[in-house]
Amino acid sequence: MSAHAGGYSADPRIRWIESLPWIVAVAAFFALPEYLSLGARILIYILYALSLDLIVGYAGIVTLGHSAYFGLGAYVAGILAAKAGIGDPMVQLAAAAAAGALLGIGTGAIILRTKALTLLMLTLAITSVMLEIANKATALTGGADGLSGVIVAPIFGLFRFDIFGKTAYLYCLLALLIGWWLVRKMIYSPFGTSLTGVRENSLRMHAIGAPVYWRLVLVYTLSATIAGVAGGLITQTNQFVGLNVFSFESAGELLVMLILGGVGRIYGAFVGPVVYLIAQDLLAKQFPEYWYFGIGTMLVLVVMFARGGILGILDSILVKLRRRP
Amino acid sequence: MEAFFASLVSVAFHGTALGMILYVISVGLSVTMGLMGFANLAHGVFAMAGGYVLTTAISRFGAPFPLALVLAFAFVAAASVVLERLLYSRLYTASDLEQVLFTIGLIFIAVAVARFIYGTLQQPVVLPDYLKGQFALLGRDFPAYRVFIIVFSAVMVGLLWFGVERTRWGAMVRATVDNRAMAQSVGIDTKRLFTLTFALGSGLAGLGGGLGAEIIAIQPSYPFENLVYFLVVVSVGGLGSLRGPFVAALLIGIADTACKYWLPQYGAFPIYVATIAILLWRPAGLAGRHA
Repeated sequence: MSAHAGGYSADPRIRWIESLPWIVAVAAFFALPEYLSLGARILIYILYALSLDLIVGYAGIVTLGHSAYFGLGAYVAGILAAKAGIGDPMVQLAAAAAAGALLGIGTGAIILRTKALTLLMLTLAITSVMLEIANKATALTGGADGLSGVIVAPIFGLFRFDIFGKTAYLYCLLALLIGWWLVRKMIYSPFGTSLTGVRENSLRMHAIGAPVYWRLVLVYTLSATIAGVAGGLITQTNQFVGLNVFSFESAGELLVMLILGGVGRIYGAFVGPVVYLIAQDLLAKQFPEYWYFGIGTMLVLVVMFARGGILGILDSILVKLRRRP
Repeated sequence: MEAFFASLVSVAFHGTALGMILYVISVGLSVTMGLMGFANLAHGVFAMAGGYVLTTAISRFGAPFPLALVLAFAFVAAASVVLERLLYSRLYTASDLEQVLFTIGLIFIAVAVARFIYGTLQQPVVLPDYLKGQFALLGRDFPAYRVFIIVFSAVMVGLLWFGVERTRWGAMVRATVDNRAMAQSVGIDTKRLFTLTFALGSGLAGLGGGLGAEIIAIQPSYPFENLVYFLVVVSVGGLGSLRGPFVAALLIGIADTACKYWLPQYGAFPIYVATIAILLWRPAGLAGRHA
């Protein structure tokens, strides 16, 4: 993995270009009112991809099971809203975050003792367990039919979720802003640097006395918490939860988005979901076969030729331009 | 009591058939992962391809069943050599993440291609008459096809074990699994060995996919849906080992059948929990060396 955007040695101040995503997001709110529901979905997936980037890109933990935390958050928010009659969105979100954190620390403490294939297998197995629970506990989750009837009360009793999705969009944008700020802060901290150290050479990190295992558990838990929040948001905006939140395809798609944008560089998690979900909206319904073929081909090409994703390509173009006199 | 005993025999029998299929499909994955350290999640694609070759050969071209099995093996083995030389070989030194992503990409492509050619419906398997009826043994009737699966797989397993334990090629494979650098320096052409072993493993997966087409349904989502099973066999069994995955495959086949028979309300839940427990107890798998 070559030069990446974050790191302790890098300048932690927010550069002007980092305001670009937010300007685009606000501009999209006013310019494209008919696409706000897609927009909210994109914002949620950015948050979700950001949480994955934290463990895959920075800590170097290869997982196929991140949807366990996302799905748990989605189901916790949904069950509170549809079964327990708790409509307050903040309470739902807090519960989703807490559930993600609990599962994250519980599973993280176990699986991070292993590595490579065993770790990969354990993440898959945990997600499969969650999927089976959601599928079989029909009284709570609605099983294969999904959980409908999710009721979300106005935010702070003031802002109702309207049918145009304006409130939902801004709500997700705010959640993403907070999530981004936290992740960025963490990556530029000594803690973030130690994670990069573990990724690059975990043996050496052990040798200098860094508590590698506990740092990994901590970052895994934080990442699971953020994924839980993203899951809660997707339930609140869709007002529905289905089994697909736990599926292997959805975990795979998330990885695709992150890789497409660029791993281990924060803003890769912004670019990937935007490109992927817009392309999906335009193409996937008309040509489902070609869509998956395209995704697969793109993945293979990215791994073969452009390991930094879209942002990596931009980087190398910029470097070439600067070199010219 | 007699009824319980009958169901016990039935579960053990059907579980063994499933386990044999799982082993024939997954053993190649275990060897390639042990040999090359390559996280090949797309292994299920080869099994699915074998299944499609078998069903197409039989229903479209009227090939006899044994020939269709040979075709499934040969086709998939040949195709995998092309894939290995063109794509896989470039990623042997890449990181786990890149290998995982690359093979997920292959799965997506294969799923799309399968859907494009065959549609989303499950492929029917036309069995020859001599495999249809029942087979009487010790006063009980067993479906002839499953008996055939068990016997045929057992022969394949025997051949494979003989090949790995008793032949020069097998000795080279074992040496390379143990220590690749040393194997190279004593003059083993590991590149050729990789290609050959990869082809054999993929061919076996194709054979297993074709053989088990009636048990594990051939449809485009095959590589996604069954990936967990193949990976469970390999990781519980232990990488690079032949016997570990065999035990694991039989355990999983029988446990899965037993769960579906006696505890259908829990689905595959007990299997996954058992997998997690075994991997925590022995992270390198049943037959794996301790890391």
